[in-house]
Amino acid sequence: MGLIPFVAMCLSVSLWDRIRPMPFGIPFNFFWLISWILLTPLCMWGAHKLERRQESPRPPRSEDAS
Amino acid sequence: MSGASVALAAMLLVVAAGSALGFYAGGRHKMDLEQWAVAGRGFGALLVWLLMAGEVYTTFAFLGASGWAYSRGAPVLYIPAYISLGYVVSFYILPQLWEVGRAYRLQTESDFFEQRYGSKQLAAFVSILGVVFIVPYVELQLSGLGFIVQAASFQAIGRTLAMVIAAVVVGGFVLANGIRAVAWSSVLKDVLLLAAALSIGLGVPSFYFHGIRPMFAALVRAHPNHLVMPGATQNLGHGWYVSTVLLNAVGFYMWPHVFGAAFTAKSGDVLRRNAVIMPLYTITLPFMLMAGFAAILIIPGLRNGDLSLLTLVRRTFPAWWLGVIGGAGALTAMVPAAILILTAATLFAKNFFRPLFAPQMTDDEIARLAKIMVVTLTGAALGCAIYSSISLVGLLLLGYDGVTQFFPGVVLGLYWKRVTRRAVWSGMLAGVIVVVLLILSHHDPLFGLNAGFVALALNFVIVGIVSLLTPAECSGFEEAPTTDVRVE
Repeated sequence: MGLIPFVAMCLSVSLWDRIRPMPFGIPFNFFWLISWILLTPLCMWGAHKLERRQESPRPPRSEDAS
Repeated sequence: MSGASVALAAMLLVVAAGSALGFYAGGRHKMDLEQWAVAGRGFGALLVWLLMAGEVYTTFAFLGASGWAYSRGAPVLYIPAYISLGYVVSFYILPQLWEVGRAYRLQTESDFFEQRYGSKQLAAFVSILGVVFIVPYVELQLSGLGFIVQAASFQAIGRTLAMVIAAVVVGGFVLANGIRAVAWSSVLKDVLLLAAALSIGLGVPSFYFHGIRPMFAALVRAHPNHLVMPGATQNLGHGWYVSTVLLNAVGFYMWPHVFGAAFTAKSGDVLRRNAVIMPLYTITLPFMLMAGFAAILIIPGLRNGDLSLLTLVRRTFPAWWLGVIGGAGALTAMVPAAILILTAATLFAKNFFRPLFAPQMTDDEIARLAKIMVVTLTGAALGCAIYSSISLVGLLLLGYDGVTQFFPGVVLGLYWKRVTRRAVWSGMLAGVIVVVLLILSHHDPLFGLNAGFVALALNFVIVGIVSLLTPAECSGFEEAPTTDVRVE
């Protein structure tokens, strides 16, 4: 899951680094990054869910362990 | 009242409110070393979030990012990308780090190296490197603060005097409060920063161009190359972008102060949830970039791009709002500067001086030495800020090149049993030497790649090879954990 934002924001730069089309009047590269600022938490939220599920045989980690 | 006094008064009010919040929060706890440095390891999700946001969104995001958008153009997009990806990396590393941190009662990044590789010398080396590379980061904050005071006083207070005032305030702030105060001051800072970002990023384009769409249309007509890489530069193309984003994303949590923040959390899951939400915080950045882009058309020909945002604000908004934005900006510089200085001072006293020169020192004496170091380091950064002229972004890139060299030692130390002390030593030394040589000989970027990235790759290769050549060692994380009985 964590690889998705890396591919989208970093490795694929030559595919999206251009001005047109301009969604909402914003250059495409700028728009693309703004969208991924919003999509990255979604990916990580998914990763968090997955990790929770893998750990579920054990009792969930208690919050107040000190 | 004149514009300058209105702006300065508003700014002072904001800074005073932020500090008062911090003093109030810090005052209720007795300050021993553990409390001062990691807040007794008792921060829940909210406070860790605040602390980390306080550390990450510095005047670099405020003035530096808009400055690069103005002077360099599209390469500035590396900033939102690497910050978001830094959190992705943290999701996978920090919880493990927190586990060993709790088991062995680690407070700092150097403690980690000492425990894992069983070497005080290696830990001391990590500390001193950490301190050295933190200085440009503090310098960045003080320069930024200098710009802000200068702008808010309508040039009545000179840059040097402004930076001296800034340094005194920051130093005093750290000495009195410790880390808990810092987390609370950043609440006000972040709220105001968001307001500032919205008003600038949306207000400026609609004021001058009647909206974002016409602004970009005008910009594309006037400077068609500015908005795609390499922008206004010769050598910051796609290779540079990829290597810099990767380098900074992995280096993000290698900063000793951010690394240490992981230990303030109550549980590993706090950190994981934190990593999920934090990227959303990056959303203020595009607004800052927008201001930088707008400034190209409105105030072309500024000699120093880092001044573009403030100049624009002063031209567009009434003096009191300039003051509020200036105050937000000032807190944005002071909060991280305080954390940086605090971390560097603790590292120097606890992980460098004591183990090498004075093993019999008590925790109280360490705390006292740390406070002397606070003053020394603030002075050093102030000196650098007065005499150097690198752009804000340039300063941070320099720091990243350095601290990222810790990454192989940390990540392999956590996940690969075979990695040895000598391997980490050789990799780190090679990485740092290569970085320094490349930068001093002006070979950054090298073949279109970030110099720090080249050094990091070499570092990894050396750690791998030397680990396989040297005999296996027992990892410090296989010893029985320190029994964790704490008297509250």
